[in-house]
Amino acid sequence: MTGRAVNVAKQYDAVVVGAGIVGAACARALAIEGLRVLIVDGRYAAGGTTAAGMGHLVVMDDSPEQLALTALSLELWHDLSRLLNGEVEYDPCGTIWVAEDSAQLDAVREKQRMYAEYGVASQVLDAAGVAAAEPNLRAGLSGGLLVPGDAVVYPPRAALWLLEDARRRGATLLEDSNAGVKELFDHGVRCGDRDIEANVVVVAAGAEAAKLVPELPIVPRKGHLAITDRYPGFVRHQLVELGYLTSAHQMTSESVAFNVQPRTTGQVLIGSSRELVGWDGSMNRDILRRMLDRAAAFMPSLTDLSVIRTWTGFRPTTPDKLPLIGPWPAHAGCWIAAGHEGLGITTSVGTGRLVADLVVGRTPPIDAAPYAPARVLDATLPAQAGHSSGHSS
Amino acid sequence: MSGVSELYVTDVAIIGAGPAGIAAAVRVAESGKRAVLVDEAPNVGGQIWRHRVDMAHKLPGAARRWIERLRSAGTAVTILTGTSIIDVRQEGGDSGFTLSGEREHTHCLVRAKNVIMATGARERWIPFPGWTLPGVFGVGGAQALLKAGVSFTGKRVIVAGTGPLLLPVAAAMAHDRARVLLVAEQAPSAAVASFALGLWRKPTALAQAARYRAAFRGTPYRMGQWITAARGDGHVEEVDVTDGRTTRTIACDAAAVGYGLVPNLELARVLGCEIASGAVRVDARQQTSCAGVYSAGEIAGVAGVDVALTEGEIAGLCATGRSAVARRLMARRDGLRKSIARMDRAFTPREELRSLTTAETIVCRCEDVAFGAIARARSSRQAKLYTRAGMGPCQGRVCGASLEFLLGWSSDAVRVPTEPVLMSTLMNGLPNTSRPITETRT
Amino acid sequence: MSARETVRIVVDGEELEVKKGVTLAAALLDAGVYVFRRSVHGDPRAPLCGMGICQECRMTIDNVAHRRSCLITVMPGMVVSTGQVSP
Repeated sequence: MTGRAVNVAKQYDAVVVGAGIVGAACARALAIEGLRVLIVDGRYAAGGTTAAGMGHLVVMDDSPEQLALTALSLELWHDLSRLLNGEVEYDPCGTIWVAEDSAQLDAVREKQRMYAEYGVASQVLDAAGVAAAEPNLRAGLSGGLLVPGDAVVYPPRAALWLLEDARRRGATLLEDSNAGVKELFDHGVRCGDRDIEANVVVVAAGAEAAKLVPELPIVPRKGHLAITDRYPGFVRHQLVELGYLTSAHQMTSESVAFNVQPRTTGQVLIGSSRELVGWDGSMNRDILRRMLDRAAAFMPSLTDLSVIRTWTGFRPTTPDKLPLIGPWPAHAGCWIAAGHEGLGITTSVGTGRLVADLVVGRTPPIDAAPYAPARVLDATLPAQAGHSSGHSS
Repeated sequence: MSGVSELYVTDVAIIGAGPAGIAAAVRVAESGKRAVLVDEAPNVGGQIWRHRVDMAHKLPGAARRWIERLRSAGTAVTILTGTSIIDVRQEGGDSGFTLSGEREHTHCLVRAKNVIMATGARERWIPFPGWTLPGVFGVGGAQALLKAGVSFTGKRVIVAGTGPLLLPVAAAMAHDRARVLLVAEQAPSAAVASFALGLWRKPTALAQAARYRAAFRGTPYRMGQWITAARGDGHVEEVDVTDGRTTRTIACDAAAVGYGLVPNLELARVLGCEIASGAVRVDARQQTSCAGVYSAGEIAGVAGVDVALTEGEIAGLCATGRSAVARRLMARRDGLRKSIARMDRAFTPREELRSLTTAETIVCRCEDVAFGAIARARSSRQAKLYTRAGMGPCQGRVCGASLEFLLGWSSDAVRVPTEPVLMSTLMNGLPNTSRPITETRT
Repeated sequence: MSARETVRIVVDGEELEVKKGVTLAAALLDAGVYVFRRSVHGDPRAPLCGMGICQECRMTIDNVAHRRSCLITVMPGMVVSTGQVSP
C-alpha cells in the first residue's frame, strides 16, 4: 500500500470525493452514522453525470445483483419521498415496460416473477391494458409490465437535497477548483493544494473516477436526450422498451432504445442512446436520428410535439455493468462508490446505504460482494458481457 | 407531417432576409448564381425594414430599392419566409452545407455550396420589477409589433432604455399618433452629446436623427433617466422613472424598454465558426473561420444598416468568386465599422442599472426564475441546473444577455434545434440515407 | 372597421374581425388581448421581442400548441387558444 504521513489535525472522519448524486447519498448516509463528513468537488455539486441524466428511479433486472440493488434503492427512495421538497419533483408515476409481441409478453411475465422474488410489485398488462394506460403508444403492442413503485426525480435538485440533508447533520461541502482531488493516500486525499486526513475516503467521482484511480475500468458512455415543450398528460408513466436492457448490456459501439418519461412540468423527456466515443460530448446527428426514430416507432404522435432542446451526457460504465461499491485495497481507508452506468440516480441511495453499512461494519441489507471494487484487480473479471439472467430481447 | 420534406438545392444559402441578406442575395443573383434566402418572419426585411406586404410603399427609399432589386432577381433567388432554420452542418469533403428547418409544419432542407449567415441581432434587457407585465415591450419589440400591424394610436407610451434605436422607435410611435409621454435614455447627456457630435461626418445620419427628434418634438427626451419599475393589474398601467436621485410615477398604456442589441450567433456556433468579442470573426471577404461560410451585418458586430448592406454585398460577391469587385465595398465597410466603434461607447449601460434587478425580479421568463435564485449559483450552467433558468424554449437568449450584464456570466451555447420545432422536423433534418425526400425544388 | 380589408378569426371561442395582413400577435394586441400565455406560475404574458426570440407569444393555433404568434400572419378561419396555464 502506498501512503504518506500527514500531520494535519483530523477534522473529518470521512472525505467524499465528488458531489454528484452518488457522493451526496454517501455523504448523507455517513453523516447519519454520526461521522464528520467533508464532501469535495472540483466543479460544483451535481455538475457531472447527475446534470445530464433522465432522473428515472427504476427497478432493473439485467442481473440478480442489479435487481437487488435497484429494488433496495427504490425502497429507500420511497422512505425518503416523504421528506423531499417540491423542487426535487419526486413523481411516483411508475414504469411500463413495453412488449411488442407475444415473445416479449412472455418475457414480461418472467420479469414479473423475477421482480416478485425481490419484493417488487408489478402487473402484467395486455394489449388493451397498455393502450388504456398510455393512449399515445402505437397500436399493435402486445402489452407490458406496469411497475407502480418506480418514480422520477429531477436529479440536480435531488442531489442538492441529499447534500443539504447531509449538511444539516454536520457535513461540509467544498466546491470549486480548489476542491479538486488530485491524489489519494492512506486515510487521506490531496485536495487542491493541501492534504486532508480522514479515516474514510469515498471516491464517488462518477465518469471521471478513472482519472483519479486509473485502475478503475470506468469509461464514459455517451447518451443523447431530447425534451419537448409542455404537454401535460401526453405520457403518464415512464415507458421503456424491453430492448433497453440489451442496449445497456451490450458493449457494442452504439445502440439506441426507446425510453420516454413525463416530467412534472408536463414536458416529455425522450431517450435513449449509448456510444463509446471517449469524452466527445458533441451531438451525433446519426445517433440522435436513430434514437428519435425508435421513439417515434413506439409513440408516433411524439413527432407532432415541439422539441425545445437536446443534450448529451456520459454514463460511468464498467465492463460487467455493475457499480463498484466497497473498499479499495490500494489505500488504507479508501472506498469506491462509482460506475453506476444509467442507474446512478436510482441506486445512489442504495449505494449510500451499502457504503455506510460497510464502513461501520454492519451487515448490509443485500450482499455487497458482487459490487466489490477489488474484483477489478482479479484476473477473472470479464472484459465484456457480465453474468446475466436478464430478460433482454 | 413525418417523412415529408421539401428540398432546395442551390449555390448559396442565405440565412436572414434583413438588409445584409437581401444585399447578399441580390449580388449572388447578379453573378448568375442561385440563392435561397431564408427568414423566420412572414416577409423579408429583417427588423429595420420589417413591413406588411401591403405596406411596402411606406418603406424608406433604400429599402424599396433593394427589395425591388431582390424581386428583379426572379427565380435566381428562392425566398423562403416563415422558415426557421434550426440546424446547419457541413457535409463531408467538398459537398457543401445542409440547412434544416421548418416552414408551416413541413420540414425543409437546403443544400448549398456556400452559406451566408445574416441572422441579425436581438435586444438585451435588464430586468426590473414588473417588466414581465403585458404591455411592456422591447424597444425593437415595439417597433417590430408596430410594423406588424399593432396600432398604438391614442395609447400613452413611454420609450426607455439606451441606444440609437430609441429615436426611430419614438418617432414611429409618434407617426402612429401614440401619445409618447417620455423618451428616457439612460446614458448621460455628455455621452449622448458626444455621440451626436460624432455624427458630423455623416450629415445624412445627423439629419435623420433630427427628423426623428422632430417627429416626437412634443415629448420630453431626457438623458440620464431610466425606468425602475412597472405596475398594473394584468398589464402595465404605470411605470417609475428615476434620474438616480428622484423617482416619479407616470401612468401609461405601454412601455418600450431595451438596452442595446446582441448578435444572434446561434447558428454560427452550431457550425463551429469562431466567435470573438461576442461577434463572428470574419476576414476581409466576410468569410468566417469555416471555409465556405460567410457572415454579414449585425452578427459580425452590431453596426447598423449601412454596414449590413455593405457586408451583405461583399459576402454575396465573395461567395460567388467576385471578390475583386468587392474591393471598394471593403474600404467602405472598414471606414463605417471604425466610426461605429467610436460611437457605441456612448450607450454602455451605467453601473446603477445593475441594481435595477431585485432578488424577486423574474430573469428567466421561460421558466419563471427570479434573480435571487439564479444569483446563488456561480455560473450560468450551474444556475441552469439548479433553477432551470435558461432551460426553456428561448434557450437562454433573453436571460443570458441580462445575466451577462448583471453577473458577468457568459452563457451556454444554444444547441440544435436552435428554435423549437416539431420532432418530425428535427428528425427529418438529421442524416438518414434510407428515408426518401419527397419534393425537390431549386 | 375602416375600409381596409379584414379577416375573421376565432380566438378562445369568439369570433374576431382583424386587419388583413397583420401578424396574429399584432391582431390580438389590437383587440386588447393581454394574456397570450401564462407563465409557469400562472402570470399573464404577452409579446416582448416581437421577433420570435422571447417565446412569450406562444399559443395554440389551428390545433398546434406552442406556436409563436408574432411570426404568423392572420388567415381567415384561423382558430386560436390563448392563455394556457403551464403546469
